[in-house]
Amino acid sequence: MAAPDQEPVIRVRDLVVGFGERDVLDHLSLDVRRGEILGVVGASGSGKSVLLRTIIGLIPKRHGTIEIFGIDLDAAPPQQVRSIGRRCGILFQQGALFSSLTALQNVQYPMREFLDASEELMTDVALAKLEMVGLTREDADKFPSELSGGMTKRVALARALALDPEIVFLDEPTSGLDPISAEDFDLLIRTLQQTLGLTVYMNTHDLHTLHSVCDRIAALADGKVVAVGDMDVMHACEHPWVQAYFGGTRARDVAHEPAPAAT
Amino acid sequence: MQPLLKSHAAADRLELSAEGSWTAVHAGELEKLVEPVLREPAAQRPAVIDMAQVRELDTFGAWLIERLFRRFAEGGPEPRLVGVPDHFRGLLDEVRHTNRRPPAARNPENPLLVAVEHLGRRTAEVGEDFLSLVAMFGEMGLAFGRAFLRPQIFTSLVHHLDRVAWQAVPIVLLITFLIGGIIAQQGIFHFRKFGAEDYVVDLVGILVLREIGVLLVAIMVAGRSGSSYTAELGSMKMREEIDALRTMGLDPVEILILPRVLALVCALPILTFLGSMSALIGGGFVAWLYGGMAPEIFIERLREAISIDHFEVGIIKAPFMALVIGAVAASEGLKVKGSAESLGLQTTNSVVKSIFYVIVLDGVFAIFFASIGM
Repeated sequence: MAAPDQEPVIRVRDLVVGFGERDVLDHLSLDVRRGEILGVVGASGSGKSVLLRTIIGLIPKRHGTIEIFGIDLDAAPPQQVRSIGRRCGILFQQGALFSSLTALQNVQYPMREFLDASEELMTDVALAKLEMVGLTREDADKFPSELSGGMTKRVALARALALDPEIVFLDEPTSGLDPISAEDFDLLIRTLQQTLGLTVYMNTHDLHTLHSVCDRIAALADGKVVAVGDMDVMHACEHPWVQAYFGGTRARDVAHEPAPAAT
Repeated sequence: MQPLLKSHAAADRLELSAEGSWTAVHAGELEKLVEPVLREPAAQRPAVIDMAQVRELDTFGAWLIERLFRRFAEGGPEPRLVGVPDHFRGLLDEVRHTNRRPPAARNPENPLLVAVEHLGRRTAEVGEDFLSLVAMFGEMGLAFGRAFLRPQIFTSLVHHLDRVAWQAVPIVLLITFLIGGIIAQQGIFHFRKFGAEDYVVDLVGILVLREIGVLLVAIMVAGRSGSSYTAELGSMKMREEIDALRTMGLDPVEILILPRVLALVCALPILTFLGSMSALIGGGFVAWLYGGMAPEIFIERLREAISIDHFEVGIIKAPFMALVIGAVAASEGLKVKGSAESLGLQTTNSVVKSIFYVIVLDGVFAIFFASIGM
């Protein structure tokens, strides 16, 4: 594990996001450091997805600043915002694959739009990426409706990585996967993060994922980040929700399980 | 930083040194650098690729390096990578394992055979389509029988009537009013040449009540409500809502399709009546403004020109057309597969086919009414 340096690639300050009367995120601040895997946890409806979607610009904010690569997204010209978009890859919760394109075409699509490369190179690299996420040559020609849940997530991850982004946002990457696939997927994220030097921002409910791949964890409650740090920080946190989450029976089971390598 | 690939031929080996940013942004330039080296005839001397000066590397760059590597490896002795910075090693190793299997060979297809196959499949599809439509009628009949045992499903009929009948009234009135006016204007313009302007009342009255009123409204309903039925049922199919109903032991035809089709069967005669009246008013309005025929005279002549038969001929057709539109919309909706494209395709099919069947049905009715002398 390379030691992540301290410079934040995403800096969220004093963020307020709300719908109607209610503020979902209430003066929230968060840093994501270069080269780390940050896991964001929170109860359902605590605003994890809202925070992710606000950072990538899908939901307008009411107050606060968001800087990615040190550039304030509000102050930057559209050209620059577009180029930042190119340096980020996003894995949506349901995959959000284009249903009328094959797996291969899904991965090629962002390349086709943004890169000046030949058809052959794009096909080769797209196939290489599909293989890196653990799919075969035969899967590449399947349509999204023919893929299983785990395969859909893998193709979606390959598409998120299509342009070799520096930051990858993962929204519940292991939800809906069986424990074995989920563990494989965790391992995959870890491996890719190391080989490609990614910064990973991940929303998750999966205690396994938090234990095995995340460098740091941010706990979201009451519209704020109530604790940020490694597992020890989480256990030391006084907040009742964090206590319940990391102190629950499921969490203790995961913590006391022998490490996979030792079995 | 610009990527570079310098080649230097030493006596016993070929030295290539890569420099700069080998990343996706420079993919085009990188290809131009690598291309000529790949095209050169395979050299028998060993090649050395020096990567010490590479500042940035991503999958694109790594793959192009790998391409060079494989090209040299197939032509001669194994090339060597030197000066690889440690943090690039993982990526290069990863890429080395990919794309090893050759793509499955595809047999070239004979275009003539493809065309014949396509024709055959389409012909078979036409038959299957018709069968699925007949099956839909059968299922609806069964569901209709069962529905009397569980009359609560008729509550959703009210909701659907609101959508397809009540909310359709303004647009139906507007369009039929305009069409009535246009028919009257054309009639007056052409009949005037031989002094028969008064017969425009017969033209508008008979045409609207027997044919145009019901046809126009049926086509509008097919486009407005038939398409939305197909899209609704199709997206329910995509999201497995229909499967969910089935597993609860409920029949989707009974729960989803029957109320929709019954709503159409009730709505179309009402809309046809309103539309026909609106078209007659439109015709009368134009006859007054453009032909100078006072409204009282128009109504008087209309009374002489048409009989209740004409009205019946038109209105009897309406529920049958509604049934066909509903059945086509439902059977197309259930054919939707996983993709957004297939949803669009089936919606188009639904509208095109239901308009086609409406016109065919209209022709069949014309023969029938002619033979019974109506």
